[in-house]
Amino acid sequence: MPETASPGERRDPVLLETRALTRHFRIGGVVGRKLHAVDGVDLVVNEREIVALVGESGSGKSTVARLLAMVYKPTSGDILLRGRSVKEIRRWHDVLAYRGQVPMVFQDPFSSLNPVHAIGYPLLRGLKLHRPSLSRREREDEAARALEGVGLVPAREMMSKYPHELSGGQRQRVGFAQALSYQPRLVLADEPVSMLDVSIRIGLLNLMARLCEEDGLSFLYITHDIASARYVSHRVLVMYAGQVVESGLTEDVLQHPVHPYTRLLLSAVPDPRAPIAVSSADIGEPPRVIDPGEGCRFRFRCPLAIEICARVTPKLMQSSPGHDAACHVTVGLPPGLES
Amino acid sequence: MDGVILEVVDLSVDYMTSVKPSRAVDKVSFDVAAGEFLGIVGESGCGKSTLLFAIGQLLSPPAEVIGGAVRFKGRDMVTLTGRELRAVRWRDFSVVMQSAMNALNPVKTIGAQYEDTMKSHGNHTKAEILARSHEVLALVGIDAVHLKSFPHQLSGGMRQRVMIAMALLFSPALILMDEPTSALDVVAQRSLMVQIKELQQQLGFAIIFVTHDMSLVSHFSDRLAVMYAGAVVELGQTRKVFDDPLHPYTRGLLDAFPSVHGPKVRLEGIPGAPPNLAELPNGCRFNPRCPRVMPQCYLSQPELYEVGGELVKCFLYHSGAGRHA
Repeated sequence: MPETASPGERRDPVLLETRALTRHFRIGGVVGRKLHAVDGVDLVVNEREIVALVGESGSGKSTVARLLAMVYKPTSGDILLRGRSVKEIRRWHDVLAYRGQVPMVFQDPFSSLNPVHAIGYPLLRGLKLHRPSLSRREREDEAARALEGVGLVPAREMMSKYPHELSGGQRQRVGFAQALSYQPRLVLADEPVSMLDVSIRIGLLNLMARLCEEDGLSFLYITHDIASARYVSHRVLVMYAGQVVESGLTEDVLQHPVHPYTRLLLSAVPDPRAPIAVSSADIGEPPRVIDPGEGCRFRFRCPLAIEICARVTPKLMQSSPGHDAACHVTVGLPPGLES
Repeated sequence: MDGVILEVVDLSVDYMTSVKPSRAVDKVSFDVAAGEFLGIVGESGCGKSTLLFAIGQLLSPPAEVIGGAVRFKGRDMVTLTGRELRAVRWRDFSVVMQSAMNALNPVKTIGAQYEDTMKSHGNHTKAEILARSHEVLALVGIDAVHLKSFPHQLSGGMRQRVMIAMALLFSPALILMDEPTSALDVVAQRSLMVQIKELQQQLGFAIIFVTHDMSLVSHFSDRLAVMYAGAVVELGQTRKVFDDPLHPYTRGLLDAFPSVHGPKVRLEGIPGAPPNLAELPNGCRFNPRCPRVMPQCYLSQPELYEVGGELVKCFLYHSGAGRHA
């Protein structure tokens, strides 16, 4: 578990950054409606940092991961890895190199491994693609080292095992080993523990924290589980309907939430240690992201909504140092609109 | 809480695989009082869903009840014939499944599915069916226009509410729920739990609620049963189980949940993984993962011992030895 750093303490350089990252999907019909999966997301991941991207289904958090992994092309906006725009990447060779730097770990360890191949196969094949300079022998050494790094020992024996011989937790560790073997800078972990049993989730979260502390690796931890985001991340971004509604140091955001959506999410987390707080009439309807138009996308569910929320989309503004939120009511109106 | 409406006695279920049978549920006993909310929690493969299906006599091969009894309203469900079961099902107890999308018929409207259900249990006029359909939808807070909707036109939370309304058509005494909220987002999940609890207080049915997420039922269930590798390892008042867990497994499970409140502490979870039911360890099934394992744990299985009104399957509490915690 990472130590909580106070603002200004962490001065690690920026590793990856997005600028107004946007992705719309055209959906059928003569009128040509558009689904706004991700709208204007500015995200920064520093070296040696775990950033959590929290949101419910339909919030666009997985689309962000796929954009960062170059699975989707952005509709507009840019992604910069160590200051270099991904738009400059044209050759297949460079795409592979990028994906080796920013690999992805998937949610479902049961469908992301091919059942007819032993564990060694995807590892060695991935190495051949992403680190073509290695010899066959070096690839085997690297694969074994990656498996040891995630606690799958003895590594050589593990490589000849088939997915059905491993538990869910072990399979997910294979996913991490595969990502680690490319010597990445940033691992995109899309709900890596949500399919696992409670008793083994913590082991993987601790692994992420250790890789960050000891090897200086960064993670984008995508999850719907705020409690686990608090446990493992340094900073957190809360997404709603394709937009970031609140961001800041994890402890700041979760102990002093500013956006009404973050407050709603926190109040809904089941916690046996906390007294019951049942008040919300909100039944958790998913957001509308098809042609959403102007205005705050949370206004239909928001207990604080005022007239301007329907007209002007709130932008992320500073609420306290290092803590931003996009809300007209709790943070304030944008310049020029104050009355 | 009035009398006992359901008694499960030494119920065992085997999966008859080609190699050798695996015991998914092993001599489980408990009872449920009228109007009670019983939570059953455990990890994947602990037999919690198999147990629920065995209670409802919904198992299909290779699973088979090989011993024990399920006494519901004075009759043993295990020995009922298919014809006798059909009369009891849905009228006296109903089931809400995990995935409403799979439980509902995608090509029929909600209203048509309610009609089918009503028609298969007696003669009801069209007007009666329509009136009752309106009533149950109103109970779960869904507008009656959705009787004309198809399942795909509803959100996940609404579909689960439609399923719960369907389970209420005959005002049964018992509803079996198999993770009805696990496909939902956290806000929708909390709201549905609150609604289930309110309906229960209003209508007085009993609930057996199976879930993998202990914290979910913490504020809602009256009693909690914790299952591990096919057996109930702890059974007691929900609040007591959370405040003072007796079994090392329960304690480990509780310590595996990070919290959004309070100080941040490093958690360790439980080492290892749940056992394969076909190759169970000798003695106590939790012994390979247990932090408090003792020599006798490898020799024989502990019984369920009573400790201050709670039941716990662990040698730490054998023969009034008291707590060593």
